[in-house]
Amino acid sequence: MRDEGSDSLRADALSCVRGDKLLFRELNFALMSGQAGLVTGPNGVGKSSLLRLIAGLLEPFSGSIHTPASIALCDDRMALDENLPLQNALRFWAKLDGKTDDDCTTAIAAAGMGHLAEVPIRYFSTGQRQRARLARTFLSDTDLWLLDEPANGLDSASVELLGQTLQGHLDRGGMILAASHIALPITFNLNLELAAVEQLEAPL
Amino acid sequence: MIGALKTLIWRDVRQSYASGGTWLPVIFYLSAATLFPFAVGPDRDLLLQTGGGILWIAALLATLLPLDRLVQPDLDNGLYDQLLVRGITDELIAFARLISHWLAFGPPLLFAALLASGLMGLEGPPLATLLASLAIATPALAGLAVMIAALTAGLKGAGALGGLLLVPLAIPLLIFGAGSLADQSGSALLFLSAVSLLLVAITPFAAGAALRALRE
Repeated sequence: MRDEGSDSLRADALSCVRGDKLLFRELNFALMSGQAGLVTGPNGVGKSSLLRLIAGLLEPFSGSIHTPASIALCDDRMALDENLPLQNALRFWAKLDGKTDDDCTTAIAAAGMGHLAEVPIRYFSTGQRQRARLARTFLSDTDLWLLDEPANGLDSASVELLGQTLQGHLDRGGMILAASHIALPITFNLNLELAAVEQLEAPL
Repeated sequence: MIGALKTLIWRDVRQSYASGGTWLPVIFYLSAATLFPFAVGPDRDLLLQTGGGILWIAALLATLLPLDRLVQPDLDNGLYDQLLVRGITDELIAFARLISHWLAFGPPLLFAALLASGLMGLEGPPLATLLASLAIATPALAGLAVMIAALTAGLKGAGALGGLLLVPLAIPLLIFGAGSLADQSGSALLFLSAVSLLLVAITPFAAGAALRALRE
């Protein structure tokens, strides 16, 4: 079960099944306004699935989830028009999210991309692409940010800058749930350590 | 929601005209129409009799060309996931795709049909009927293309499979569409409109369901 519009993020006895594999079972956690959570665990344990589940892209197998009304998801895909300059590509999401061109400029600056605003996205390097994804997330200005490996491909200065933006979001009362193998320079109130669930063989 | 729909449609239309993908079906359509007189000879009566039907078949084939870029690129790009996170449903996404695809496919195809009918020597009332039947059918052809693109997204050989799927689904359109050319009463056009409406009406739901199933 899933309900939107609460002022915090809460999961009760949440389980997730992908294909015929149980990823996690009976997960309980809560995140209040202004708090950040970190999801850790080995590859393939279900970190991205947890984020997608919270974002509403997957259905929980069992349990319930209560989320804020507005959520932003930053995963490994761009969702930006590769042929357009960053500023113009972001304008599409700005229109959908009811933001202005100035908001675009602010988000681009927050991602440290000010000098690349006029460059078509297809020319970006790995780290620059990651920062463009972050800019799209910052732009949406939602209550909850779901970040899947946000520091992937970023240099240390960019990680520092990312930390500042995340802290600013928390200070304004926002929430963050991040899955990251790279240490992020913010204080996490919650650490969710996902472990592989023992798979029960179905009787033949 | 209306604003979001407009933004989404405008993005798709702009993208397909900018990428040149819009003109591919048009060029294909004109080449098919050019080849036909070479194949059967320049006999005016024969061309007049069969030209309309050939132009209809060419329209069906032109429907197949844009299939691979209707859904797959946006799916790979994560666009749909981002829209869903914002509360825009699969059905609405499919509906927007139907409108934007028709805007990029319908008018250019009608324009091409107008040019091609000159090669077949069609003029006067038969030409008007042909253009009317194509105008009625292009929303349905766009709907079929969106449905098939959503159903075959992520599959290997999606293009070939799309061709196989389109043929049986487009038969009612072809029967009433090409049939309207010889029909004086106008009832074939009415049947064509009914089939077209039905296909357009089910597109958001069928394509939306296909998009939802892709996430599982």
